Amino acid sequence: MSDKEFNEPPSATAGALDLNRRQFLKILGGGIIVSFVPVFAGDPPEALSAAQPRLPEDFNAFLRIGEDGRVACFTGKIEMGQGIITSLAQMLAEDLDVPLGSVDMVMGDTDLCPWDAGTYGSMSTKYFGPPLRAAAAEARATLIELAAERLGVPKNRLQTSSGVVFDTDAPAKRVPYGDLTKGRRIEKQLAEKPPLKPITGFTISGKATGRTDAVEKVTGKARFAGDIALPEMLYARILRPPAHGARLTDADTSAAEKVPGAQIVRDGDLIAVLHASPDEAARAVDLIEGTYTSPKTGLNDENIFDHLLGVAPPGAVLAETGDLQAGRGIASKVIEATYRQGYVAHAPMETHTACANLDGDKVTVWASTQGPFPAQREVAAALNMPLQNVRIITPFVGGGFGGKNRNRQVVEAARLAKLTGKPVQVTWTRGEEFFYDAFQPAALVKIASGLNASNRIVFWDYHVYFAGGDKAPTFYDVANKRTTAYGGWQETRRAHPFDTGPWRGPNGNTNTFARESHMDVLAAAAGEDPVAFRLTHLQDKRMLRVLEAAGSAFGWSKAVAPSGKGRGVACVIYKGTHVAAMAEVEVDTTSGRCQVKRVVCAQDMGQVVNPEGAKMQVEGCVMMGLGYALTEMIRFRDGKVLDRNFDTYQLPRFSWAPKIETILIENPDLPPQEGGEPAITCMGAVVANAIFDAIGIRFHELPISPERIGQAVKRS
Amino acid sequence: MSDTIEFRLNYRPVRLTVDGERTLLWALRTDLELKGTKFGCGMGVCGACTVLVNQEAVRSCQIPVADVRGKEVMTIEGLARNGHLHPLQQAFVDRNALQCGFCTPGMILSAYSLLLRKKSPTEAEIIEGMDDNLCRCGSHQRIVQAIQDAAKHMRR
Repeated sequence: MSDKEFNEPPSATAGALDLNRRQFLKILGGGIIVSFVPVFAGDPPEALSAAQPRLPEDFNAFLRIGEDGRVACFTGKIEMGQGIITSLAQMLAEDLDVPLGSVDMVMGDTDLCPWDAGTYGSMSTKYFGPPLRAAAAEARATLIELAAERLGVPKNRLQTSSGVVFDTDAPAKRVPYGDLTKGRRIEKQLAEKPPLKPITGFTISGKATGRTDAVEKVTGKARFAGDIALPEMLYARILRPPAHGARLTDADTSAAEKVPGAQIVRDGDLIAVLHASPDEAARAVDLIEGTYTSPKTGLNDENIFDHLLGVAPPGAVLAETGDLQAGRGIASKVIEATYRQGYVAHAPMETHTACANLDGDKVTVWASTQGPFPAQREVAAALNMPLQNVRIITPFVGGGFGGKNRNRQVVEAARLAKLTGKPVQVTWTRGEEFFYDAFQPAALVKIASGLNASNRIVFWDYHVYFAGGDKAPTFYDVANKRTTAYGGWQETRRAHPFDTGPWRGPNGNTNTFARESHMDVLAAAAGEDPVAFRLTHLQDKRMLRVLEAAGSAFGWSKAVAPSGKGRGVACVIYKGTHVAAMAEVEVDTTSGRCQVKRVVCAQDMGQVVNPEGAKMQVEGCVMMGLGYALTEMIRFRDGKVLDRNFDTYQLPRFSWAPKIETILIENPDLPPQEGGEPAITCMGAVVANAIFDAIGIRFHELPISPERIGQAVKRS
Repeated sequence: MSDTIEFRLNYRPVRLTVDGERTLLWALRTDLELKGTKFGCGMGVCGACTVLVNQEAVRSCQIPVADVRGKEVMTIEGLARNGHLHPLQQAFVDRNALQCGFCTPGMILSAYSLLLRKKSPTEAEIIEGMDDNLCRCGSHQRIVQAIQDAAKHMRR
């Protein structure tokens, strides 16, 4: 195909993970195995326990110390930009007492890493961190016992520092961890679990640390699933239906078969072209003429909300306090409103990609996935293979945001590898990525509420359709309140015209938009400043603290909206994390364009493992959140997804970027909480409230696009 | 259909025997095994596939490989010289101006071409110059700062 003359072909496989695997193989003979049982901080979340996998015996093996002193840290979590490649290494290094630079992360490899449910829900640090720290602490205690024997020194005289055990009375008496483990493989249960290092003794965890994967990523060396090249590998393109619900009735592959080098594979509904060149595979698949049925659902992005109300399951009360009727009876002002949000795409820059290689009765798939272990199960089922014959390796993932919990492409690559007997790469086009995305579900919230004569909220009757979940009940201090859900956010069958699923901040975005918008509506009705109004309805001390911190950093001065200043506020309690966001906008009423000029975010997330990483996550939340606030919504008709690329589906750009200031509240007494998602949930309301403050128009539906602003201005 | 196409790639001569109508992106990624240039959208609207052709940032998913005949192509792999990161790469590292890293090669090469055109760009000029490169993780503020840092360093 090509005649290559290139003096220095860069290695296609040199990357951190490969180095880690070599490292791993090198250290298999030695090292220590530390035993521990997972300790969850509080109750494990529903999703974690619902998955019910068997934890493998080697769940204990979270770390190995090589002869050269390098430490391999094994985690079933994956790195998709959220930064745990750095923060988990910090946690391990802290309790093991080794330099951060000596830790190599081995992530998302089902052969090497302990089982994991998947990387989602901002749970890595909160739930994986404690058992990882416990493992590291136990390893360190074991090393001290080993050193006591080696050095002939009582262990109470021994201390550790930077990967070395030394005698406090004679510091020259020392032994590096690697020397202790050399030639020995130790399986040891300590009589007593050692305590974790107190936060006051931290030197690595809690310190702002740059991304440890940055150099690989700026040099192009970082390997993603699509960068895997295997000998004789074929690139696949799959024939896709034009619409959800369309069934294939006929396919003419004769023209595609004439493309030199193209191999057509058909297995039931799966019709694919494979070729040594991805662009030739693309050319060939376009030559296949598929005939499909045309579904007429009659559903589109405009009538979807009526449809959802029509098909909603009966209401279930999620939370209730006081007596709604009594509250309504003492209300002097009753205010009702409905809030809506359409379907939103994940749109990671890297499309779903997988590379599968069949070797005898085993298959290995390099996959861009948030769930290597779920993917392993799916591949095993699809290929009718025992689980242990399937290995999923997760290189760097080019963004996930919840969307890469879906592993369709992993199964496709594995099936095609089995059908062709060759290694196969499946890289979705952007059109496929939009078509098969499990969108954030469209949802509605209807709120009825009332103020008494002294402007206290006396009742809050909240009805949420298809976004029911833990973020729906209000945390504001209201005596009589009830939250009723008609379909949870995970309700996908029948109601939605396509797949929906977790999107950064599941059920947080729509509910926070509704709750925080409505708080501002009530504040305006009360003639009160939106921040002051919230403060009078808050008892939660952490929430009060973040709101006050945000206000002081923002320079919030009291005014009743609409003040013309163009500023807004929104708050959320997102599981264990508390956020208050404030924004300043400028609205061009002619073009309808809303420019967000500044966002201040105060966040209390308990202990912060990597303050730099936490700030990056908040900034990411702010930028990504501007998308669903201002432009992002999937348009569709009769199962056809009309937005299939970035020409019509507008992501936030540089020219949108506000000045973002993040304030991390010090809360060392609380273990680390969620970081990757909380702040994004504030963005819809903080922008809607700021727009109201700027131009006096209340928007009840996201996104608040330039068209919608333009139309509303005309109507006003 | 096969054609012999010679050009310079990351300071070295290369000769490819290839269908000249194939896109530069896939020729780089498959025939030349340079994986740093990423596929993002396939229609030139995201910038992940950006490379330099005669020092100009181009969307490699949009141009046929025959177009670079006799030209100088640079990909992200060619930016660091003699084991030293380019000031732009160093600035991206120092500012943590990336998360997932998938858009990063395109971001850096777009910034490189921007700084060739303007040695001291204003913040507004950087924003305008980078506006067609998409980043889903939201590193925009840091990328702008990194480009400012690199510009300062490169003027020295």
